[in-house]
Parts: sequence; structure tokens; C-alpha cells
Amino acid sequence: MLHTVNKSPFERNSLDTCLRLAKKGSAILLIEDGVIAAVKGTVQSAKIEGAVGNHAVYVLGPDLKARAFSEDQVISGVKVVDYAGFVDLAEEHGTHNAWL
Amino acid sequence: MAEFEFETEGVKKTFTFMNRKAPYGTIYALEVLETVLISAAFEQHANIIFVDDGVYQIKAGQDTTAINMKNFSPTYGIIEMEKEDADEDDDIDMVWRIIVEKESLDARGLTEDDFKVSVEVLSAAEIADIVDASDCVISG
Repeated sequence: MLHTVNKSPFERNSLDTCLRLAKKGSAILLIEDGVIAAVKGTVQSAKIEGAVGNHAVYVLGPDLKARAFSEDQVISGVKVVDYAGFVDLAEEHGTHNAWL
Repeated sequence: MAEFEFETEGVKKTFTFMNRKAPYGTIYALEVLETVLISAAFEQHANIIFVDDGVYQIKAGQDTTAINMKNFSPTYGIIEMEKEDADEDDDIDMVWRIIVEKESLDARGLTEDDFKVSVEVLSAAEIADIVDASDCVISG
């Protein structure tokens, strides 16, 4: 299963609920404002730092770039993907669960 | 006007409806309810799950007269009746579950007595397994 989160962890609890309800080993892709969760050094960073041990965590590069985040600022263990990578993840994981 | 015929004969999937928003503040709750009803029309299996503020959608005692919006919670009463009919009738191959996450209930000081329909109260881990086993997840 592929989970996507598109809300900032500062604004909504979508990431918290995703992490609570995603089975270990499932993939999580952070998109749109969700990419903020993938950034190092915020009071929210611990959530993704803790998740990378249980899940394959990805972040969408174009959404990082749009918000002036470089790949250096991304939490270690999180993979940056482009739109083609997004399509690959969707194809590979079958069922999609969008945490809005 | 062309007539469409959908080839649904024998197609049976398990849909999970993940309700996470309170009613009335946004359109999400009502839109998910519409898709639940469509899945019923096609006799599909459904897990109707209420998590986070979604649990408020089925709270008993809603009265929307003063906000000029339709109270759609009675529709969940109809869904519960349909579910009971399907459970009792061997000719209807449709399994529906109405599930509430225990963590979301506890966080809001609610119990299953606060709801207008009978629900299964399950933990996040139990719900994770159910969602993982479904063919399609529709969330709102």
C-alpha cells in the first residue's frame, strides 16, 4: 500500500494518523504541503525520523523545490522522487491511501 | 443519447471508506457518504471507518436546522439497516462493517453509546490490517 500525505504537520494531524494506521513496511510519500514533514530541524522532524525505520518514506522533489527546500535539508533515510518516481510508486504498491 | 452499460457482473471488491473530517465544516463527509451509497448500489463489500474528527459524523442528536444545512447523519441509520439486511440475507453477497477507531474515541471523550448506529470499536493496529486487506481506499 502507498500512503500519501499532502498536509503540513504544523497545520493538520494527517501525518500523525497516517503513521498510526499505516502498516509496518508500507510506503509513505509526502507531497504538496506534506513535504514540510520531511525537513530536518523542525519540532515536527522526529515524526519522520521515527518513521524511516518502519516504512519506506519518499518526498516529492518538485514540491520541496517550490517551497525553497534543498535535498540537503531532507531527513536522512527519506528518498527524494520526481513525478515519474511518483508514478512508479503508485504502480508498484497498488492500493493508494490518501491522507487529506 | 448513447446508453452506457457497465460490466459489473461478478466484480466484487472491498472498499474502505476512511472518514476523518467532522460533518458540516467541509464537504468531505458528505462526499464520502455519496460514494458509500454508490458502492451499495453495486453490492460491493465495504469497511466504513471513522477516525479522528470523522467520529463526529455519526454522533447521535445532530440538529442542523439553525445552520440551514441538511443533517445527513440519518443516512447512516439507513446504511445500518441495509447492512443488517445484507447480513441476514444469504442471497446478498455484501459484507459491510461500520468501524470506529478506539484511539480517536478516547481522545474525544466519546464512547460507543454516543453514536446513532452500532459500531465495531477497533484499535489502530486492527484497522491497519483491515485497510491493508482492502482493494480500494476512498478517504475524506
